[in-house]
Amino acid sequence: MLLAGVAQGCVYALVALGFVLIYKATETVNFAQGDLMMLGAFCALTAGTVFGFPYWAVIAFAVAVMSAVGMLTERLVLRPVLGQPAFTVVMITIGVGYVIRGLVTMIPGWGTETYQIVTPFAEDVWTVGGVVLAVQQLAVIAMTAALCAVLYVFFRYAKLGVAMQATSQNQLAAFYMGIPVRRVNMMIWGLSAGVAAFAGILLAPVTFVHSNMGFIGLKAFPAAVVGGFGSVPGAIVGGLIIGVVEALAGFYLPEGFKDVAAYVVVLVVLLVKPSGIFGETARKKV
Amino acid sequence: MRFLFKTAYEQDIRLAKHGGHLFWYGSLMLILLAAPWWAGEYVLSQLHFICIYSIVGFGLMLLTGFTGQISLGHAAFLAVGAYTEALMQAAGVPFVVSIVCAALFAGAVGVIVGLPALRLKGIYLAIATIAFNVIVEEIITRWHDLTGGNEGRHVKPVDLFGWKLESDAEFYYLCLALTVICCIACANLLRSPTGRAFVAIRDSEISASCMGVNLAWYKTLSFTLSAALTGIGGALYAHKLAFISPEQFTLLASIELITIVIIGGIGFLHGAVLGSAFVIVLPQLISIAKDWLPSGTAPSGLQAVVFGVILVLFIIFEPLGLYGRWLKLRTYFELFPFYRKGMFRRQKSYMKSERLR
Repeated sequence: MLLAGVAQGCVYALVALGFVLIYKATETVNFAQGDLMMLGAFCALTAGTVFGFPYWAVIAFAVAVMSAVGMLTERLVLRPVLGQPAFTVVMITIGVGYVIRGLVTMIPGWGTETYQIVTPFAEDVWTVGGVVLAVQQLAVIAMTAALCAVLYVFFRYAKLGVAMQATSQNQLAAFYMGIPVRRVNMMIWGLSAGVAAFAGILLAPVTFVHSNMGFIGLKAFPAAVVGGFGSVPGAIVGGLIIGVVEALAGFYLPEGFKDVAAYVVVLVVLLVKPSGIFGETARKKV
Repeated sequence: MRFLFKTAYEQDIRLAKHGGHLFWYGSLMLILLAAPWWAGEYVLSQLHFICIYSIVGFGLMLLTGFTGQISLGHAAFLAVGAYTEALMQAAGVPFVVSIVCAALFAGAVGVIVGLPALRLKGIYLAIATIAFNVIVEEIITRWHDLTGGNEGRHVKPVDLFGWKLESDAEFYYLCLALTVICCIACANLLRSPTGRAFVAIRDSEISASCMGVNLAWYKTLSFTLSAALTGIGGALYAHKLAFISPEQFTLLASIELITIVIIGGIGFLHGAVLGSAFVIVLPQLISIAKDWLPSGTAPSGLQAVVFGVILVLFIIFEPLGLYGRWLKLRTYFELFPFYRKGMFRRQKSYMKSERLR
């Protein structure tokens, strides 16, 4: 059961990671992250059923498509409001979320029905020392860990990754150093949407694919806040905390607490330490 | 072009700046008063909604448009108002008392939400209000004895001193009266020192506190007033729908409320009215437009797409909303032919980092 919590937490963590990437670089919170995830899951569905790709190709296809979608969104919608107050941008992403959700229900073959993605490790169970482990959940955890490792290496060693870090720390300084800030922002949106697609694929076997699965993005907010908005390891830890808390609340507390547990946690964190566990606090000099 | 010759300082803060205002707002009032005669049953019903949403819009405008605090949880205040009204009516409390209680109770809840707002800013505040909204929704669903849970509660028509407002026209006059009262109250508040303090906080918290504005007090006050207005709106909403259940007060409802403010024009009371009219009329327009489209498109999906596209387009191209569009149009004709393209252009602003506080 703890494992289920951790697996669920991994998905939260991945969505939260998408939030954090965008927040770190552009200081906007992408309310459409959950919907991007949903779109990614639908892409994977199409790749799997219509084109008949194998599972690994499905993941690659969905991530590639979603990265393109993310970059396109940034270019078309967010660049015109670059430098506007954060709230403006938040409202834009809410609008984008509406559009994605609406479009998905209108596309023939997707619609409002519920689908299932077939995974190679559907119902297998391992028994290790008397403990029953669902391979599904282990796979989710393993893939999250793998993705984190890849991202770490990317941010540490790749030129683009370093440029992204520089942009997130100080846009103006990064611009002066010759980093094309706008293009980097676009890349970050692409990366974030790709991560969202990955999360969508991992989540698909748990909740199935339907047009409202994007609302899980709202659960990832608490994850991002608990870990500290703007901290990549924080997002992972926050996601895991929320997932585990939810699983435990569903088990030990009366019905109904499971759904609000994440939000209660986030309120407490906001009251006690608004910057989150890993958040950095800086003070403005007036 | 009209030139105002000011002879007294009071003229600067007068509600009606000149005779034109009196004339046009008076005419609008007459048209609205005559609505039961010129409007059909259906239009009148939509006018109910516009009035109710306007009251909520005033509340949200006060908070978001004038004090600069983001709330994505106003549907929770709406719910508090609606359920307070429903329960008090069921207990036999007269309407005049129960609607005041709805406002007071929603306001009290607003204080509770306002307190964390003292420490939080921007996006963190938005997330805190989201969390608040979800928790309130869950409480309403689970507290079955009091709220009826998912089955909802039925609400009877308004009983004003034994006079049952059963017909649409009577309820319309009630909504209209409350809207006008709330509107004038807000306009009055905004020209008072309190309102100026709100605007000062919106523009810069640091400079406001340097000028002696007590941030904690005014932010909490703003939250309270906003929640109270939303509570009044919620009470009317309950009567209008005659049936309330938790799924009317979800996060999506909150987002719809905030779009009222954005589309109408953030920072203008007119915007609240225009925005609510827009939000009410849009679904009707879409359902008309649907007849022209090939059949088979999901109506709910189409509505979401149109809603989202309009929201995005407004923010990119018309950040001042519908009222801003009207202001530009009016200025164009007032100054004709001297209107310049850049007159309302947004000032070049560098990104204000919220990480530093």
